[in-house]
Amino acid sequence: MTKNPVQNQPLVKYEKVSKKFDNLEVLKGLDLEINQGERVALIGPSGSGKTTIIRMLMTLEEPTSGVIKVDGNPLWHKEVNGKLVPADENHLRKIRGDIGMVFQQFNLFPHMTILRNVTEAQVHVKGTPNDEAEKRAITMLEKVGLGEKIDAYPLQLSGGQQQRVAIARAVVMQPKIMLFDEVTSALDPELVGEVLEVIKEIAKESDMAMILVTHEMDFARDVADRIVFLHGGLIEEQGSPKEILENPQSPRLQSFLKRFLSTT
Amino acid sequence: MWDNINVYFDILHKLLPAGWMTIKILITSALLTYLIAFIAGLGRVSQFSIIRTLTLIYVELFRGTSLLVQMFWIFFALPAFGVEFSAFWAGVLALSLNYGAYASEVVRGSILAIPKTQTEASIALNMTRWQRLKLVILPQAFRIMLPGLGNNSIELLKGTSLVSLITLGDLTYRGLIIQNTNLSYTVPVFILLLILYFIIALPLIILVRRLEASASKGVAKV
Repeated sequence: MTKNPVQNQPLVKYEKVSKKFDNLEVLKGLDLEINQGERVALIGPSGSGKTTIIRMLMTLEEPTSGVIKVDGNPLWHKEVNGKLVPADENHLRKIRGDIGMVFQQFNLFPHMTILRNVTEAQVHVKGTPNDEAEKRAITMLEKVGLGEKIDAYPLQLSGGQQQRVAIARAVVMQPKIMLFDEVTSALDPELVGEVLEVIKEIAKESDMAMILVTHEMDFARDVADRIVFLHGGLIEEQGSPKEILENPQSPRLQSFLKRFLSTT
Repeated sequence: MWDNINVYFDILHKLLPAGWMTIKILITSALLTYLIAFIAGLGRVSQFSIIRTLTLIYVELFRGTSLLVQMFWIFFALPAFGVEFSAFWAGVLALSLNYGAYASEVVRGSILAIPKTQTEASIALNMTRWQRLKLVILPQAFRIMLPGLGNNSIELLKGTSLVSLITLGDLTYRGLIIQNTNLSYTVPVFILLLILYFIIALPLIILVRRLEASASKGVAKV
């Protein structure tokens, strides 16, 4: 596991982060730390702010207040003369290079082949020579079981296959932290397994940190070091998978798990 | 009327050089139209409000006034302010500014038609704004634009006939002169004009169809 240059510094730190959409307050002063290489599963009822937490880290939503730090650097702010001012696009680009994301709806580029989907950003964003980028893309696609499909277009693949391409596309950029936003929610039940297996495999082989927003409790138990239960825009309870799933303390978590297990 | 086929050949012979003029005007103003359309279309979705406002004013001004009046302005009125264009360039400029305003709306609409999630995916890969546009948004928007821009270029061809009113010797201009000098030619002249305009439009129609087919790769059918 890579060692953090600064001792005891979390990779990601949310400090009193709030997010309002019009009048709806989705997050209410969240404090959360993610360590280097740590796998954290976010669970909770819909509307509890799970997805917003990772979308803010991916710079897709701007926090209403509070500070998010990556490796000690403010993400949405930059320091000018000792003061924090809103970040510009250059600053965001510098920091989000360490972050990768897989979306619920895959969001592959439909006009590119599978190979180009996984190659393009390496070449244009990281400056990797095309040959090398393609080689790396093919290796990654073989790892997710799609070595045969490199010349296909996204819409020729099943949802599960598309999602595996999306995972390859993000992982090949070698981020320090990967964000998974309910990556199996849009899939037919029989395709869920293959995607979760791929994520487990990558979790085993790499030392990337991961934040996984999920409704798959068994998956969370297998992959996560820590499970965070959110309710109404705040952390209600957190702990190891064992603590959270087997010995929940708060009544809300208890009833959430009960409802959850009875419906699945 | 149909009895003397030689009349048709005679008129056709006189019309053909003017057909070449129409094609020259069409090609020049089509190139300029699409250049303007892309600049104004991108301007309409710019992150800077000043650019959005300026392009909006341009688009509404040129869509909202008559093409013929614009052409008259450029050819007859601008010289009063010391700006002079030849009939050819006055015609091309008026056509391009007018059709460019319409076509820019096609460009804008197709950029906005690309789902926001495509932008989000390219942000997640840390692409720059320009890379998002060039690698992800425009290639997809382009295939949505094609039918609209194709229509636009066929409209443009028909619009070129207005240059006859600023003394430019295009198909319509020549046809009217032939018809004026021999009124018995009225029907053959106008029949030939229709056919010639359609023959010029035909390659455009075919080109657009082929572009649509090749651009829908990976998106339309599996």
